[in-house]
Amino acid sequence: MTRLRRGALIALTLVMMTLLLLPLGVIFTQAFARGWGAVLEALTDPEAVDAIRLTLMVAAVSVPLNAICGTAAAWCIGRFQFPGRALLMTLIELPFSVSPVISGLVWVLLFGANGWFGPWLDHHGIRVIFALPGLILATVFVTFPFVARSLIPLMREQGAGEEEAALTLGANGWQTFLRVTLPNIRWALLYGVLLCNARAMGEFGAVAVVSGHIRGQTLTMPLYVEALFNDYDWVGAFSVAALLSLLALVTLGLRFALERRMGSSRRDIV
Amino acid sequence: MSLELRDLRKKFGPTAALNGLSLSVPRGEFLALLGPSGSGKTTLLRVVAGLEFAESGAIEIDGRSMRDVPARKRGIGLVFQHYALFRHMTVARNVAFGLEVRPRRERPSAAAIRARANELLDLMGIGELAQRYPEQISGGQRQRVALARALAIEPSLLLLDEPFGALDAKVRKNLRIWLRDLHDRMGLTSIFVTHDQNEALEMADRVAVLQAGRIEQVDTPDRLYAEPVNAFVHEFLGESVRLDCVVADGVARFHNIPDVCLPTGCAAGPAIALLRPHEIGLLPGPGPAHVESVHAAGPMPRIRLALAGRIVEVLLPEGAALPMVGQSRGVDLSRARIYSAA
Amino acid sequence: MRLARRSVLPGFGLTLGLTLTWISLIVLLPLAALVLRPWELGISGIWHSLTEPRVLAALRLSFGAAALAAAINVPLGLLIAWVMVRYRFPGRGLADSVIDMPLALPTAVAGISLTALFAPKGWIGALLVPLGIKVAYTPLGVLVALIFVGLPFVVRMLEPVIVDLPADAEEAAATLGATRLQTLWRVVLPALGPTLLAGFGAALARGVGEYGSVIFIAGNMPMVSEIAPLLIVIRLEQLDYAGAAALGVATLVLSFVILLLINRLQRRFARS
Repeated sequence: MTRLRRGALIALTLVMMTLLLLPLGVIFTQAFARGWGAVLEALTDPEAVDAIRLTLMVAAVSVPLNAICGTAAAWCIGRFQFPGRALLMTLIELPFSVSPVISGLVWVLLFGANGWFGPWLDHHGIRVIFALPGLILATVFVTFPFVARSLIPLMREQGAGEEEAALTLGANGWQTFLRVTLPNIRWALLYGVLLCNARAMGEFGAVAVVSGHIRGQTLTMPLYVEALFNDYDWVGAFSVAALLSLLALVTLGLRFALERRMGSSRRDIV
Repeated sequence: MSLELRDLRKKFGPTAALNGLSLSVPRGEFLALLGPSGSGKTTLLRVVAGLEFAESGAIEIDGRSMRDVPARKRGIGLVFQHYALFRHMTVARNVAFGLEVRPRRERPSAAAIRARANELLDLMGIGELAQRYPEQISGGQRQRVALARALAIEPSLLLLDEPFGALDAKVRKNLRIWLRDLHDRMGLTSIFVTHDQNEALEMADRVAVLQAGRIEQVDTPDRLYAEPVNAFVHEFLGESVRLDCVVADGVARFHNIPDVCLPTGCAAGPAIALLRPHEIGLLPGPGPAHVESVHAAGPMPRIRLALAGRIVEVLLPEGAALPMVGQSRGVDLSRARIYSAA
Repeated sequence: MRLARRSVLPGFGLTLGLTLTWISLIVLLPLAALVLRPWELGISGIWHSLTEPRVLAALRLSFGAAALAAAINVPLGLLIAWVMVRYRFPGRGLADSVIDMPLALPTAVAGISLTALFAPKGWIGALLVPLGIKVAYTPLGVLVALIFVGLPFVVRMLEPVIVDLPADAEEAAATLGATRLQTLWRVVLPALGPTLLAGFGAALARGVGEYGSVIFIAGNMPMVSEIAPLLIVIRLEQLDYAGAAALGVATLVLSFVILLLINRLQRRFARS
């Protein structure tokens, strides 16, 4: 009886896991519906290349920015006692509880044609919305919490003992950070950067709002997928989607490797 | 070098961690800071090392004020309670750290640093562990690495926070002798924190007893044991028997022990008489003490007496005649130290 | 008076300054624009803008589907988390990584693949056609997408709590003659209650704001399968910034109120 129930529960779980895997299966079968050639053609299309390049560019700017600021935030929250620390933590996590669409909307409200700074920017010929800066701002907003969130619990847990030891041995602030703190948090930092990067490259809602959907100019890969899908170019859409899925799978694999490395089930649900 | 602390005060919220603490440590001394947990020992050590800041008071090393000297320039070696070894560095790199972070002008060559680290590890008797990581070695070995790391910067003063706290009893005993020997051989000035009175009394030249952020007494171990300045020190250092008494006209009298009156310089009023178990004498004739039990195993027989409403343990000298259980006997309390109860 | 307790570690001013600057520019300034923008419509303008039938329908769909999806994800998530923590079986490691799939896939990718899956000619859609069930391009599609993206939240929040669940309480209940079902109902569920609620809240909050995985499968028919985030985008495209902001603030406030209520419920649960 117990074995039967156990078997049934496991079977049910495996069925659900299979259901969760189906979308992945669909992506690759749809992409390869007309063979390798069609996939390659779709991915080497000039517009696809532009989308890939734009996505890499957005990530290349926003990820390092957030890595630096996230590490700074983790240092002051994880190593010092000061009033308002909990509030600061809440503010850092705020972007996670905001809809992607709103994460894009706020930038339009600031820099769009009818936005607070819109007319001024327009007058000086600076384009933020429907241009690269807008895409970067929206991405930075959405991915800001990742690094700080993966560092702070670890830094709290490790305590300041090793940094204090380094100071008594004569190290200055930078030496302490670079030689003691950074090596101790490197895996968690990498973990945060990994998640930050995956989200930066895969973000859809926030960038959809600020992009303006100008082909070859402001379409990141996820937006390009949408454009192709709406054009009924399923092979094209699913080819780019397959590329994004590969990125997701690689990220997932690295994530599990890092989680094992960090030695606990320190897992971020985002 | 010598250390001078004057009237240090520090609060954590409403509680005073250091409450007007003064202390001077001459060159070459091995001083123990002894006190219950929360008495301010660790805080004092951290203040001296420059990791915490006193609100007022002065710290001088060889007459030089440490007020504006940051931790990294004090040249004080600190061995942390849990060692705080750099977990991502090998043992050798841990030891070399203090030399590697020196400004280029003062930094020895890489080869010299390596040689110095190995030399220190050999001195600690753990030369073969140089390439291991902290998590791969035992607690006692970590302790030696932490010590080697602190000594690598040739500190003028060595501070040790509960150096044996995390070790098991046997390792601890061996390390004590070894550490004391090392201190003497290297001509160090050392302060170590402990809550273990035996450790303090066995190892230190002098022991400072702390309570509630101030020093109750600083003395050599024998004087501290023989002449505690107050009831706290008496009771903290070794087994004590405590009896309530009242002082009037320069003599102390006990409530339920007639015929005993002890001359004392203590102020009139309620007072406490304290004795070590072996300082209580058992008189031949009958008296107020009722023999509850007799344990004759071991060199000194241990007697439990009911005296003045409490159970009192007495150690009789070797070879003394044993009383019978149930007897009532007189007691000699003349070696009691009387402290005012206020 | 110093801001932080004096510490020997360096860099407090630098890092706090950097963090505050960054948060102000990246989070606070934009959110201020969001909160302040609707007021140019005036109170009655905001009211009108939010009570249009199309808006009300979108809010009802977004919150209704998100709540229903979260409610469905609670038992599903409990089952998966329970099996993953308590049982060892072949394929468990793989299954563990599959749970994160809905979060790992970019939302647009999840969106188009779910659409392809549930379209009348899709792998699952084709099976449902004979039953007369249409998923893609209907509110049901919204529900399916939200179940998909919300499931990992419930599972991942429950797993550590199930790990910490003392097995002896269950064993004690069993020795006292409780059936398996009674043990589950009286011992296990109460212990997991607060976490189940939290998981429900997290999945709900995520579902209300979800965009990429929903809009492809939803069909986006006004009054029928149009979600609130999409309506925000539409208003922006019509250059109705204040209206878009008003709707944005309304969904945020509603979500926060719901999360607050769940939080209080959770606390009461934990106390009793």
